[in-house]
Amino acid sequence: MKLHEIENIEVELLLEAIFQRYGYDFRGYARASIRRRIKQFMEGSKIATISEMIPRVIHDESLFNEMVREFSITVTEMFRDPAMFLALRENVLPVLKSYPYIKIWHAGCATGEEAYSLTILIKEYGLAERATIFATDFNDHALSLAKTGIYDLNNAKQYSLNYQKAGGNGSFADYYHSRYDAMMMNNELKKKITFANHNLVVDQVFSETHLIFCRNVLIYFNRELQDRVLQLFHESLVHGGFLCLGTKESLMFSRVEDRFKTIDKKNKIFQKID
Amino acid sequence: MNVQSFKAVVIGGSAGSTEVMVKLFSYLPERLELPIIFVNHLHPEDDGGLVEYLSCQTALRVEEAADKEHIEGGTIYVPPADYHLLVESDLTFSLSIDRKVKYSRPSIDVLFESAAMAWNDRLIGIVLTGASHDGSDGVRAIHKYGGLTIAQNPDEATYPIMPQAAITTGCVDKILPVAGIGLFLQACLGHNTVPELKKVNAHD
Ligand SMILES: C[S@@+](CC[C@H](N)C(=O)[O-])C[C@H]1O[C@@H](n2cnc3c(N)ncnc32)[C@H](O)[C@@H]1O
Repeated sequence: MKLHEIENIEVELLLEAIFQRYGYDFRGYARASIRRRIKQFMEGSKIATISEMIPRVIHDESLFNEMVREFSITVTEMFRDPAMFLALRENVLPVLKSYPYIKIWHAGCATGEEAYSLTILIKEYGLAERATIFATDFNDHALSLAKTGIYDLNNAKQYSLNYQKAGGNGSFADYYHSRYDAMMMNNELKKKITFANHNLVVDQVFSETHLIFCRNVLIYFNRELQDRVLQLFHESLVHGGFLCLGTKESLMFSRVEDRFKTIDKKNKIFQKID
Repeated sequence: MNVQSFKAVVIGGSAGSTEVMVKLFSYLPERLELPIIFVNHLHPEDDGGLVEYLSCQTALRVEEAADKEHIEGGTIYVPPADYHLLVESDLTFSLSIDRKVKYSRPSIDVLFESAAMAWNDRLIGIVLTGASHDGSDGVRAIHKYGGLTIAQNPDEATYPIMPQAAITTGCVDKILPVAGIGLFLQACLGHNTVPELKKVNAHD
């Protein structure tokens, strides 16, 4: 048997062990990234083979927690892909404005930057009063950072530029105050967002949602899991509700593809029509 | 030497490598049967510009790789700007926005390591001109899983750092000038070469 085949077996066994022991289900994740992270984790903790990790992870919960942190990469930024935020402002918010109450679900929010961006947008459009915003992730560590709303001030310039490109009609600096090298988001914004743990693979639907925002999470899943999660989103949306995916994500591999209308092809904004 | 029959070629480079790619096109067979995946360190906001530019230089199909798409022979793929590109064992692509690797996203190492697992001894990996160390871990992985590795001769490269870093790993099988890489690919991938297109595009 060749080396790569042996390694594939090791990866499958490790993911199975994690699932049975802790209930975290990574079995439907795209393997190439997972494998890369396993290897990175091994290097960091001086473990020589993937199969050697199995007993370690099964018996050492703290090691497992470290590993989950490595597994759920939380790279994100504010107003990533400004054109999409602009499209949201121009084509989606005017429709949402017709509802007396709006429920927004931001899934896979990581450390929260995007959730704050979205909230700023909602606020500037005058919808903050009637909006309830849930931002979820399955990584508790990332969520606790999101709740503090404290970010690296070094990024402020980039974020401010993105904000302008996203059509921001105020000044980005009005939304935070700085302290040493930290950028602290305003309390008013913080209070508007409910950060909570939710695992897209195993947890339930959010009912009666008007806008679901889930960007750069599906790319980490295989086709079957993408399909399952997109069905979950479909079920969670009200009729006419909107779904916003990452710029390089699509509904192509899902059986719910036909139940959405494409609102903006380039910015991946869809509307539930069926 | 090349009794191995190859299933895919991965190529990485940064500064100056697009020009080298264009030179390599003239050596490629008209009926290319395998995929070629080319990672170049793009500007994060490049919006399909590289695909467009390369398309004008060859009769072969050039495409931006899409998430979970099947990898087709006869196609030259490049990653979308600001995403890592990975190959899955079922020969589909995955994208990721994981941290930059050696200051780069897309990263050559990330592509090469995943491709090495997917194609093992049926893979050719080539490191071209560039001013970073990206690609050297990738070359190590391709070597480890039995693939064939080539570095552009640093003496000839516009930026020698990248091919030199690959060579320093001790995992490079061949060090060749661009023409040599072209002839080698021609010899392993078939015989009929693509007629060079007349250069009639805005980039010239
Ligand atoms: C790359 S980040 C994307 C962050 C942000 N949406 C963006 O595009 O900038 C992916 C996030 O998905 C989360 N994630 C991965 N699998 C998940 C799951 N099964 N349930 C909930 N969140 C998940 C990770 O914890 C991580 O925070």
